[in-house]
Amino acid sequence: MSVLKDARHLFRFAGLFVLAFITFLAIRHYVVPPSFGQYGHYRGNAISDIAARPIKFAGHQACETCHTDVLDAKSKGKHAHVNCEACHGPLARHAEDPASVTPVKPDTAVLCARCHTATAAKPKGFPQVDPADHSNGVACETCHQPHSPAISGSNAPSAGGAK
Amino acid sequence: MNLSRRHFLVLMPAAAIAWKAVLAGTPEQAENYKLSEHWWGMLIDVPKCIGCGNCVRACAAENDVPEGYFRTWVERYHVSDENMTNPEVISPDGGKEGFPVVKEDEKKYFFVPKMCNHCADSPCTQVCPVGATFVAPDGVVLIDQTYCLGCAYCVQACPYGCRYIHPEKKVADKCTLCYHRITKGLTTACCESCPTGARQLVDLKNPKDPIHEFLKTHSVQVLKPQMATGAKAFYYELDGSVR
Repeated sequence: MSVLKDARHLFRFAGLFVLAFITFLAIRHYVVPPSFGQYGHYRGNAISDIAARPIKFAGHQACETCHTDVLDAKSKGKHAHVNCEACHGPLARHAEDPASVTPVKPDTAVLCARCHTATAAKPKGFPQVDPADHSNGVACETCHQPHSPAISGSNAPSAGGAK
Repeated sequence: MNLSRRHFLVLMPAAAIAWKAVLAGTPEQAENYKLSEHWWGMLIDVPKCIGCGNCVRACAAENDVPEGYFRTWVERYHVSDENMTNPEVISPDGGKEGFPVVKEDEKKYFFVPKMCNHCADSPCTQVCPVGATFVAPDGVVLIDQTYCLGCAYCVQACPYGCRYIHPEKKVADKCTLCYHRITKGLTTACCESCPTGARQLVDLKNPKDPIHEFLKTHSVQVLKPQMATGAKAFYYELDGSVR
């Protein structure tokens, strides 16, 4: 008992340490987000925060639920695997509210040229033309329907026309 | 209950630790999306890329990427027979508006889309001093922008140059593999808008994903394999001159 009595000042000191430790834990509790360390050395909820950001591209599945006619036209042509928003741009807002958000029709002069302007850097098998030489300034959609671009029937060019 | 002050002081830290474990609780996730069931990557089919810049524009639109910064970009290589290690590489405005027209010459030309490789052993996450960037359990390298200090260690650490400091937010920013899309079952904005299918989102944990058959039967490379980053952007028919 006398040993304990003599060591009392040490216990007081140890008590201070314990208090400091509790204070540390309390502060830590308030400054470290609850999900920190859930999966690793980071805030676990950051994952769901990032996943909750809004989308801008609706995805072709959304387009195809309404525009089945275009899907049919497209499925037979060369552009079957080109997704809607590759040309029409991000339209998630249109998909959510088709009545008030209406897409602007893309300008084929810019749009078609982006992919189909001939340059030596493109893969050889990819269909490419020199826009000036190919149509003499006539708009692409005069002959080619963008959803199914192969020229057929009445749209076929006369002999000696575009290749 | 007869609890002495001493016992109370001993019990307090233990109680605090237990309380923390309770607070950590269960994760909040998108419905039906299980982190443990995915391991995301990207397949890039180099010969299919036509350098149209659709992916760059789509990425900028989807993710509000500031002007002059890129989460994905396209490079055009011009390589001569003799000097393969010194290719001439251009990427005007990240290839956003395409590339200048060129005539055929004796050197070879090709396009290479670049983006975050979502490395499994990513150098960028290892250097973060505050735990703001990490490899998520589904293999996507993400940034917690509320935690990031903007010290840019990660920008220097990325061997592929895929990170930047956001000019307004002043924090690190990068490709999230359209995490907000893939967790909803959609593909990334770049894959959605690629007209030739040169990019393909892949899930290595999905046994039905055609990527497994593709990787087995094709010669596929990652960028800078010597750095052992565990890169998950797989390039098909990648030329040796690409760095």
